[in-house]
Amino acid sequence: MGVMDDEPTLEIGTSADEVVADAPGAVPWAPPGRFKLTLYAGAHLLMVLPTLLFFVLSVVGGVLSIAWVGLPVLFLFVPASRWIATRHRNLAAAILGTPVPADYRPVPEGTHLPNRIAIYALDPMTWRDLAWMLVSLTAGFVLSLLTFLLLVVIVTGALWWYGAEPIMRARARLDRALLSYGTTDRLEQRVQVLTETRASSIDHSAAEMRRIERDLHDGAQARLVAVGMSLGLAESLFETDPERAQQLVSDARAATSGALGDLRSVVRGIHPPVLADRGIGGAVEALALDMPIPVTVMQYLPGRPPAPVESAMYFAVAECLANVGKHSGAQRAWVDLRHADGVLTAKVGDDGAGGADPARGTGMTGVMRRLSAFDGTMRVSSPERGPTLITLEVPCALSSPKTTPSSPKG
Amino acid sequence: MRLVLAEDHALLAEGLIRILEAGGFSVVASVDNAPELEQALADPAVDAAVLDVRLHPSFTDEGLRAAVEVRRQRPGFPVMVLSQYVEHLYARELLASGDGAIGYLLKDRVSDVAEFLDGLRRVIGGGTVIDPEVIASIMARRPEEPVDRLTAREAEVLSLMAEGRSNAAIATALFVTEKAVAKHTNSIFTKLDLPIDIDDNRRVRAVLAWLRV
Repeated sequence: MGVMDDEPTLEIGTSADEVVADAPGAVPWAPPGRFKLTLYAGAHLLMVLPTLLFFVLSVVGGVLSIAWVGLPVLFLFVPASRWIATRHRNLAAAILGTPVPADYRPVPEGTHLPNRIAIYALDPMTWRDLAWMLVSLTAGFVLSLLTFLLLVVIVTGALWWYGAEPIMRARARLDRALLSYGTTDRLEQRVQVLTETRASSIDHSAAEMRRIERDLHDGAQARLVAVGMSLGLAESLFETDPERAQQLVSDARAATSGALGDLRSVVRGIHPPVLADRGIGGAVEALALDMPIPVTVMQYLPGRPPAPVESAMYFAVAECLANVGKHSGAQRAWVDLRHADGVLTAKVGDDGAGGADPARGTGMTGVMRRLSAFDGTMRVSSPERGPTLITLEVPCALSSPKTTPSSPKG
Repeated sequence: MRLVLAEDHALLAEGLIRILEAGGFSVVASVDNAPELEQALADPAVDAAVLDVRLHPSFTDEGLRAAVEVRRQRPGFPVMVLSQYVEHLYARELLASGDGAIGYLLKDRVSDVAEFLDGLRRVIGGGTVIDPEVIASIMARRPEEPVDRLTAREAEVLSLMAEGRSNAAIATALFVTEKAVAKHTNSIFTKLDLPIDIDDNRRVRAVLAWLRV
């Protein structure tokens, strides 16, 4: 427990997208000179053969995957094609001075072969890569070759002097157009994501409202009605049967206790008081204390995340821990909470039986929906026989200084 | 007995004052915010405090903090903390603030006036009173703890001890003789490795061992 600022021992790498050439702004970009451009053209030419090879094998693999044998081929050559495409992205970025990001859909750690291929196949960027390969083997090849030849043939030196730059820029634009989404594509994708997450978070909150209404209706409300009836009856019996009246009054008192208990559990389901008091760090510690197995909590949070994020993250961690308690058979579990690079991350790990499937059961899908409203993500690594590691991430800023409750807030 | 009361709901404060005065306590200061509470607790003539967890200005846990702080400055100062909800985490923090003379109850328990006043008197007498809800949450967890070596009956006795009851009261609650209770408590002390002690602190320490402070 307490603050821990070194890296946790268990760290599973993200399948992060390939890093693109120097981000603009980091290093001032200078347009490459003619010789450098020609060098780039040479690089393009050197990559023609591997591109051809990867293209052919990807296509063959794709065709053969109908009979399963193609899957291993795709497993090797889709990443190879991506690698070579990203080399071209970096060259295009260097020539144009703008980043050409590789917007592949992330493949979660430990995804099995068929699922991995499915993710590749559903990613529009895979198909763009394929189309790009065709273009780069034809028109792209011609442009790069032209630049290269204009210099090498010497007599065409004048043409090279004036032509190298426009030709190579044309080549780079061609690559960029195919290898990355344009602004419009990007906005369209964003709109689609926002539409989906908005719809699901509206559904989610409507369902929550209904649940709260039901809980109040069946719980506290019903009990208060009973209190009223007992007291009413007692009132009418005070003179005729004081003993019975007293019994009814004490029944009524017991019923108020029950009603308060119901209200407490409803409140915990909406916004646990300890979360309001202590923030996500304290609230997760409180959760850990109530677990049937020892749970170590490590946290490095220099401030408090925005309340809605805090709440979504809390319920996500609570759900994960509840699953640890219910299904994993673990002896120990741990939670690591930290905020770095504008992302709030919670990792929940256990040494249990593994085999957790986020698609099974409504709890985890609810967690995912709730997090996605904040552009958050959940990754589950849970091989058979364990261990299980769930990584929850939500981009957010922290309110910088830790608010001390004793300081007056006005 | 001179008490300080901190409660931010005027209605509840009024009710509590009525109950406390009827129980023979005198409420010398009734406050609803942390700075005034600090001032009231600084008065050496005050004998004990009844505090709500949430107070002005930020409505988080200033009552709890004040309880821990006053017990740091005046070790053994009796404090009864009341709250709309109870947390195992908070119980641990309160118990860690010194041996005994501490209470942590749900506000609902006040409705059983006699029991509440009794609990408050036990706290002022140096006892420990922990809400059954906290105890239930602890009971429901952690297999393989020393506490699990206890028999069901012993666990029952221990949980009543955590509520601050005397052997006589436990005997009444469980419909057994006081002698039987004494036998159970001795067995509990042995199982939790608590040596014989002249004063009655063993009871408190048994509870603390149980709460893993």
